This record gives sequence, C-alpha cells and structure tokens, in this order.
Amino acid sequence: MPTPTRGFLGRRRERDPRLPPGQYDVGADWPVLTAEPTPRIAPETWSITVDGRVENPTTWTWDEARRLPPSEYRGDIHCVTTWSKFDTRFTGISVDSLLEVARPTAEAQFVMATSKTGYTTNLPLADVTGGRAWLVWEFDGRPLTPEHGGPVRLLVPHLYFWKSAKWISKLSLLTRDQPGFWEQNGYHDRGDPWRQQRYQGD
Amino acid sequence: MTDARPLGAGVAGAPSGGWRTATVAGVRRPVPRSVQLRLDVADRVDHLPGQHYVVRLTAPDGYTAQRSYSIASAPGDPLLELFVERLDDGEVSTHLADVVEPGDELEVRGPIGGWFVWDGETPALLVAGGSGVVPFVSMLRTAQALGRTDLLRIAVSVRELELLPYADELRAAGALVATTREPSGIRPAGRLTAADLVPLWEPGQTAFVCGSASFAGAATRLLEALGIPAESIRVEQFGPSGGPA
Repeated sequence: MPTPTRGFLGRRRERDPRLPPGQYDVGADWPVLTAEPTPRIAPETWSITVDGRVENPTTWTWDEARRLPPSEYRGDIHCVTTWSKFDTRFTGISVDSLLEVARPTAEAQFVMATSKTGYTTNLPLADVTGGRAWLVWEFDGRPLTPEHGGPVRLLVPHLYFWKSAKWISKLSLLTRDQPGFWEQNGYHDRGDPWRQQRYQGD
Repeated sequence: MTDARPLGAGVAGAPSGGWRTATVAGVRRPVPRSVQLRLDVADRVDHLPGQHYVVRLTAPDGYTAQRSYSIASAPGDPLLELFVERLDDGEVSTHLADVVEPGDELEVRGPIGGWFVWDGETPALLVAGGSGVVPFVSMLRTAQALGRTDLLRIAVSVRELELLPYADELRAAGALVATTREPSGIRPAGRLTAADLVPLWEPGQTAFVCGSASFAGAATRLLEALGIPAESIRVEQFGPSGGPA
C-alpha cells in the first residue's frame, strides 16, 4: 500500500461496491470527453458494417439495424478519467445479432471498432460476444445525443468507456490485436476497470 | 458511407512515465479558486507540451482518489508545474488547493497522452476557455525555449480577466483575450467570434481546443464554420456535459 498523503482522509467512507478501484460516482452528470469535433450524423445516412475475418461481410442501414431483435443494457459505466455512472439504461441491439449474420471465421480473435470520424478502438472478440456488447441509440428512453455518440454508439460497459466508440460505423474482425486511437496514445489495449487497466503497461 | 481517415497517434512515440514520488516545492494561488503546484519529481520522464499527469491521494486506510491535471511547465523546466482548478465538490482538487504545503509528498504518474500534444514544429492555433489555457501555457513556454513563438496563435475566452490563469504571460505573448462579462481594452464584453479567429487562422495549422464541454463544442463549431477541416482540430474537454441530456 502506498504511503498515506499527509492530511488526506478521503470523502467517501461508505464505498459503493459497484465502484471499481480509483473511480468515483459522478451522480446524475454524464461528462462528455472527445478528442475531435462532434459530427452531426443523420440516422438515414448512418450504417454499420461488419467485415474482416468473417464469412459474410454485411452492412446494415439504420432501418435494417432497427429491425434486429432489440436489446437493452441496464447497469453501470466507467470512464478512465475516474468517473463512474450507476444505473444507466441503454437501448439498441446486441453485437451478437450482427455477428450471427456476419459469422466470424475461426481465426478471428480481435475487433477494431471504427467511427464515422475515424476514431478507432481495439477489443478482444470475447469482450463483444456473449451478451456483453451492444450498439445503442437510446439512453434512458431518449435518442442518444450527438455529444454522447448518437445516432449510434458501441457500448461495452464492462470495459473503460473509451472502448464504447461513439458514432460507430464499422466492426472489423482481426486475427491479431492492433492498437486503436487512444491505445496508440498511451492507453491500455483491454481496459478492464476492475483491474485498473488504464494505461499501456498496467 | 465513407469514414474519415483513421485518427492515429498525435505525436508518435510520445513519452510516458509510471508512478513517481513528487515533493511539493511551491504552492501559489495567483487566481481565485485554484492552485498552482510546483513539483520536484524524482526520476522524471520529460513530457511534451499538452500532456498531463495523474495525482493520486491515499488515505490512512488505503482508500485512494486520483485525477488528471494538465502540465503548465515546459519540458526544460527543472520542476513540473500543474495548475489545478478547485471544484467545490472535488475530492482531489480541494485537497490540493486547501491542504497541500511545500515539503509534502504526492504520488504522481506521467506524462500521459499522445493526442493533445504539440510537436514543437507544426503551426498551431490554440483556443482555450478559462483554465483550459493550462496546456497552452506549456506549449507557449516550449515555443519560447525553442525560439519559435511564431508558430503559435492563441485565443482565450474567460468571464473576467482576473479569473484567467497565466493572464500576464499570455497577454505578453500576444494572446487574444475575450472577456465575456467585462470589456477587454477596446474589445467589448463577449464570447470569441469568427471575427476574432479569422486573423489567427492559417492553412496548415493544427487547431487545439481546450475547455469545458460547452466551450469546446462552441469553439469547434466556430472553427469548422471558418473552414478548418475537422481532422485538423484536436479537442480536450473537462467537466460535466450539463446533465445526462
């Protein structure tokens, strides 16, 4: 354990067990963090493509994606900048629904998620399958705003939130891991908040 | 639909460092509700201007809290200078602003980040809201050390001049300062406008925008309206979005 900081007691003595180490409860706020200008994307021009190591590369339009089985996430999200937000509710579709159609090949092990803006983030395939990842277009029953990644963002809530790429447009299946945008700029390749995998080398 | 070209590393191979012990060498409060810390960091990894550090506080029972803060100092400064805005409900910033004294030890980690980083060579337009100027002070001091202040154009928006960190340093360097609640010289009170930024913009610049989410949103829209391509704009935001929208 590190040496205590002189004079610091910490404010929150009853620590919520839902908080991963080093995180705090942001309450009703939802901070916006982006590295680039926020794009305005009309839903009718949005689409999602699954390609790379798949047997059936497929693109879904907004209308086509909305006809897939609806799926909802209720739970917590965790940002590497140390805020966590409890009891969120996102609505969209499961990434599993897309992969069922695209059919990853046996050698597919990783995913590169790409946004309309060119933002990228890399994930192990196992982290976006089995009901652990979504494409979402509603937050608390309302359309997702552009600042928060609307019309559609990736949601991978068990990893730090930079993995939940805003303005998602493509999932490319890969055999080998490649660093995405923040990962090239010092952040961790996996980003598990319970292991504090914040930066490369954690 | 076509995607923009992939965003890559801002500065390839930007340095990063692990946890270090820093000894507080100086504490100043030049503007209200904030603190400027000068830290002597053992075995420090030199940073690039625009990078940040994490400060971690530990309670006697092992509870920790950590936050990121921008670096104001240039890489060549023997000390690391962080500027911290004091948030009333902030667990870390209140400790740094109210409790920390010279001689205290703090755990710090850095430098971190490779995107919001100036390489010291590319012409840059720096647009800040309030304490968003801090990384730009590091860029300015770096440019001064390199003798390349010609590469930087700086525009700052703040409510009142006395709330602006590093105001004298920025104005001496020719920064345009817009004050929204009082006139600034011959400039009437008001936000930054396209007319303010047009004379500062040159093709080939990278634009850096730093401030609150609402400031960053407004400033990037202003820059895009001037015709600055989105891929030339790098944004760093802090603070809440103003609610869960």
